[in-house]
Amino acid sequence: MSTTVSKLDEIKTDAWSGGKSPFGVEYGKLMMWFFLLSDAFTFSSLLIFYGAQRFSKLTWPDPDIVFQSIPGVADHGYPLVFVGIMTFILIMSSVTMVLAVEAGHRNAKKEVVWWMIATIIGGLMFLGCQALEWTHLHHEGYWWGSFPASYTGVDTIGALQFANLFFTITGFHGFHVFTGVITNIVILIMVLNNVFQKRGSYLMVEKVGLYWHFVDLVWVFVFTFFYLV
Amino acid sequence: MSAEHTHNEHAIEHEGMSKKKIWLVFFYLLGITALEFFIALYMIPKGLLGHGPGNFIYVVLTLAKAFYIVAYFMHLKFEKFALKTGILVSLVFIVYFIILLLTEGSYLYLHMN
Repeated sequence: MSTTVSKLDEIKTDAWSGGKSPFGVEYGKLMMWFFLLSDAFTFSSLLIFYGAQRFSKLTWPDPDIVFQSIPGVADHGYPLVFVGIMTFILIMSSVTMVLAVEAGHRNAKKEVVWWMIATIIGGLMFLGCQALEWTHLHHEGYWWGSFPASYTGVDTIGALQFANLFFTITGFHGFHVFTGVITNIVILIMVLNNVFQKRGSYLMVEKVGLYWHFVDLVWVFVFTFFYLV
Repeated sequence: MSAEHTHNEHAIEHEGMSKKKIWLVFFYLLGITALEFFIALYMIPKGLLGHGPGNFIYVVLTLAKAFYIVAYFMHLKFEKFALKTGILVSLVFIVYFIILLLTEGSYLYLHMN
C-alpha cells in the first residue's frame, strides 16, 4: 500500500508535467517571440502582396535602373552600391547587438554599454541612409501614388504599385528600425542606471536584441525582393 | 540538484554565443551578401546566368541568411524543442499564403494579356 501512495506522490520532472515553463524561457522573452511571429506575418503579408502584384503586371520598374544612385556622391551608374552600404550597416549593428548580449551574460556592464551605443549608432546611420534614399527617389518622381513621367514601361499601374509598395514596405521597416533605436536607448539608460546590475541579469538586453535581429531579418527579405530580384 | 541543472543550462547558452562564433556568423552573412552582389553585378549582366535561375539562387541565399540570423543571432537553435517547433511550424501559414497569392498573380497576368 505504501508503495502505491508513493508512486502517486512521485514528482514528475519532464518538460510538460507542470511547475515550470515547457519552453524553458522567461515570460517576457517568450512574449517577444510571439510578438515577432505576429510581426513576421504582417511583413510577409505586405511582401507577398508585392509579389502577387509584380507577377500580375506586364512591366515592372527595373531595380538596377531605379536604385542606381549614391545620394551625395553619384547620381547614376552605381546600381546596388548604396543599398549594399545600408545592408552592411544593419548586419554590423546586429553583430554589435549580439556582442552586447554576450557581454550581458558575463555581467560586464561597461562592455554592454559600449556595444549598445554602437548598435544605436548603427541604427541611426541606417535611418539616415534611408532618409537620403527616399529624398532621392522623391526627386526622381517616385512617391505614394506617383512615378516619374520618364517611365517607359507599358504597364503604368505596375510602376504605380511599385512606388506605393516600396514606400509602404521600406517605411514600415524603417518605423521598426526607429522603434528599435528608441527601445535600445531606453535599455541603455537602464543599463547605465545599474537596473540590471541590481537585478543580477541582463535578460532585458536579450529581449530588445531579439527585436533588433528581427528588424535585420526583415531587411534581408526586403533587400532581396526589392533590390535584387 | 536544481542548482546544477540551472548551471548546465547556462553553460549551453554560453556555448552558442561565444565571441568567435558571433564573428564567424557575421562573416557568413557578409560572404552570402557578397555572393548576391557578384551575381547581380557581374554574372547576370554578363549573361552567365539567366534571370530565372538567378532569382532562384537569390531566394535560396536569402533563406540561408535568415537561417543564420534566427538560429545564431536570435539564439533559436539553442532553445528547447517545444519553442523551436512552436515558432517554425507556425511559418507554414506564410508558405501557404505565398503559394496562394503568387498563383493568383500569375493567373491575373495571363488574364490581362
